Amino acid sequence: MNFDWNYALDILPLLLDGLLTALIATVVGYVAALVLGLVFALARRSSKRWICLPVGFFVEFIRGTPLLIQLFFLFFVLPQLGLALSPLAAGIVGLGLHYATYTSEVYRAGIEGVPPGQWDAAVALHLPRRRVWTSVILPQAVPRSIPALTNYSIALFKDVPQLVAITVAEPFTVGRAIIAETFRPFEPITMAGLLYLAVALVLSYLGRIVERRYKGMATA
Amino acid sequence: MSSAQLGLLLYGAWQTILLTLGGMALALVIAFPVGLARVSRNKFLRAVGFVYVELFRGAAVLVLAFWFVYALPSLGWQLEPAFAGILALGLNMGAYSSEVVRGAIQAVPPGQVEAATALNFTPSQGMRRVVLPQAVRAMIPSFGNNVIEQLKATAVVAVVSIPELTFNGQLIWSGNGRAAAVFGGLLIGYGIMALVFMTMVRLIERKVAWS
Amino acid sequence: MSFIDFHQVSKRFGDNVVLDDLSFGVANGERVTLIGPSGSGKTTILRMLMTLTKPDSGTIAIDDEYLWHERRGDELVPAGEAHTRKVRSRVTMVFQQFNLFPNMKVLRNITEAPVHVLGTPKDEAEARARDLLEMVGLQSKADFYPSQLSGGQQQRVAIARALAVEPDILLLDEVTSALDPEIAAEVLDVLRDVAKTSDVTMLLVTHAMRFARDVSNRVLMFNEGKIIEDAPPEQMFNEPQHERTRGFLRSVLEEV
Ligand SMILES: Nc1ncnc2c1ncn2[C@@H]1O[C@H](COP(=O)(O)OP(=O)(O)OP(=O)(O)O)[C@@H](O)[C@H]1O
Ligand SMILES: [Mg+2]
Repeated sequence: MNFDWNYALDILPLLLDGLLTALIATVVGYVAALVLGLVFALARRSSKRWICLPVGFFVEFIRGTPLLIQLFFLFFVLPQLGLALSPLAAGIVGLGLHYATYTSEVYRAGIEGVPPGQWDAAVALHLPRRRVWTSVILPQAVPRSIPALTNYSIALFKDVPQLVAITVAEPFTVGRAIIAETFRPFEPITMAGLLYLAVALVLSYLGRIVERRYKGMATA
Repeated sequence: MSSAQLGLLLYGAWQTILLTLGGMALALVIAFPVGLARVSRNKFLRAVGFVYVELFRGAAVLVLAFWFVYALPSLGWQLEPAFAGILALGLNMGAYSSEVVRGAIQAVPPGQVEAATALNFTPSQGMRRVVLPQAVRAMIPSFGNNVIEQLKATAVVAVVSIPELTFNGQLIWSGNGRAAAVFGGLLIGYGIMALVFMTMVRLIERKVAWS
Repeated sequence: MSFIDFHQVSKRFGDNVVLDDLSFGVANGERVTLIGPSGSGKTTILRMLMTLTKPDSGTIAIDDEYLWHERRGDELVPAGEAHTRKVRSRVTMVFQQFNLFPNMKVLRNITEAPVHVLGTPKDEAEARARDLLEMVGLQSKADFYPSQLSGGQQQRVAIARALAVEPDILLLDEVTSALDPEIAAEVLDVLRDVAKTSDVTMLLVTHAMRFARDVSNRVLMFNEGKIIEDAPPEQMFNEPQHERTRGFLRSVLEEV
């Protein structure tokens, strides 16, 4: 059979709307992952066992289990506890939480990469603990984390299609709705897939540029 | 929980394990030639490797699975769902694993290749006898991470109705409506499987260590 | 043409001219020490002979066979891989950082090339490897991994490994620079032994001047990619002609 270009052009605007939703989920979910990941990383370094142990277990558990089921959990279980989220909100929370467990590892490596002499110097200058973090450690740890963090934005985007399972109106959900009317699956599915692929390729290209730039900085 | 439900879950878990191992096996079969192509001296091979990695790293498992199951039949190809699942998992993970292969090969110190040259090995002998044995050991921890990622990715193929653990869990949920128990239980089940896989990888790591 | 023949060889890395139209020869069986300040191109010369670094222009020949070129009719064309490999088979090198294969035990480090490159039967190669290990004083270490040996022991294994491929030309690039002085002495003793008992041609770069005096019959002083002095060791070390050589020797001798 042939690719029906007229049909494809007809449904393209709908699919692009879906892509916009996917991008919104990516951006908001990623920002959540960046913030939450830092919280996790700092919590896991806490000297209080009642903080670092449960947080550590939670992070490892979320990272070791499938995002899809976490999405189901957020979307179908939370309403029973009186917290009903819209599909998109549940998707964003799921993505942000899942990827926070990855970004927290990146931050951790970045923090551990700060030379011990920096801590010693901060102590010698009598800086208060909070100040040590905000003006000495994090300003050094975060920039060196940026290339790895960028890669996780790409990885996160590639997991957005899973939101189809909780009916977020991303391209595959849109495509399914179209198919329900037309009974012609080939073009919607192919185009939804190509849209995702195209964005992923562009992001990966941008990621390589970021990586190159920061590699240059690290050696300078 | 009825025994029928328990049977469904156990069968699903078994299918999940098969998908994980099948997908990972395909990934490894792809990873070595593609990874070697990426470090080849031949420009054309390098380009082929690059295109494969970019394309199949960019195409998420769900995108591939959807396309294989819902679009490909329109072209006259009807794939067995489980086969489509393994194909999607393996093609995608193959791209990631080939980057592991490439990275490990490039991480072997250049002095090793120079020593192989000084002993007059051919380039392919040097690769086979000196570089790869060292690189493979360095790959194992990363392959271990890949197995865990692959295990997680198998859940995604539930979306195309492959009766693995997640899909069967959803079946049970649609019967009894107890979302918290079903999805909480699934998460714990995957967590345990991840733990088992991780332990096995550690054992292999210890086994291949030299000196 | 000399046994080893460099003819108008030039090499630059970017703007850095490392070798500038360099020509010199080494006779079969000669022991030649290359000295000169850091960056003067000594390593580059050895690496070119080992085909690890490619010259920009000029020719290098071993026993009338070009290393980087092939004769086609009257013309010289860039050599194919098989040709380079054939000419290269007469040369081997011992490295500053040893470069033993960490995944192989000591014995296999030594037998790997004889078995798979020269096609020596395995038991024959192993018997020979044990003889070589005895020569370097490490017969008890055959079944150890390199990481279980000290630096000096690793370098002695590397020497045995190099000799196992039966080279006509042995290149030694600062083989004791990564070692403590006492340990370096063990390695140098092994090399003195090699020099005494074989007729292999040696090109060596070293800062151990007494050792250079003992084993070599000729010393080349390099400076900025050129040979500025070429003399037997007695003359080079006792009455250097060139001002630059005198300065260099003074600085090296002070260091030790
Ligand atoms: N791969 C390379 N890329 C760029 N420059 C190089 C490379 N290899 C060598 N050089 C440069 O070529 C010059 C000569 O290097 P070479 O290693 O031959 O010197 P050397 O005489 O062995 O010095 P040393 O006593 O320090 O070992 C140096 O300036 C060095 O920086
Ligand atoms: Mg040198």
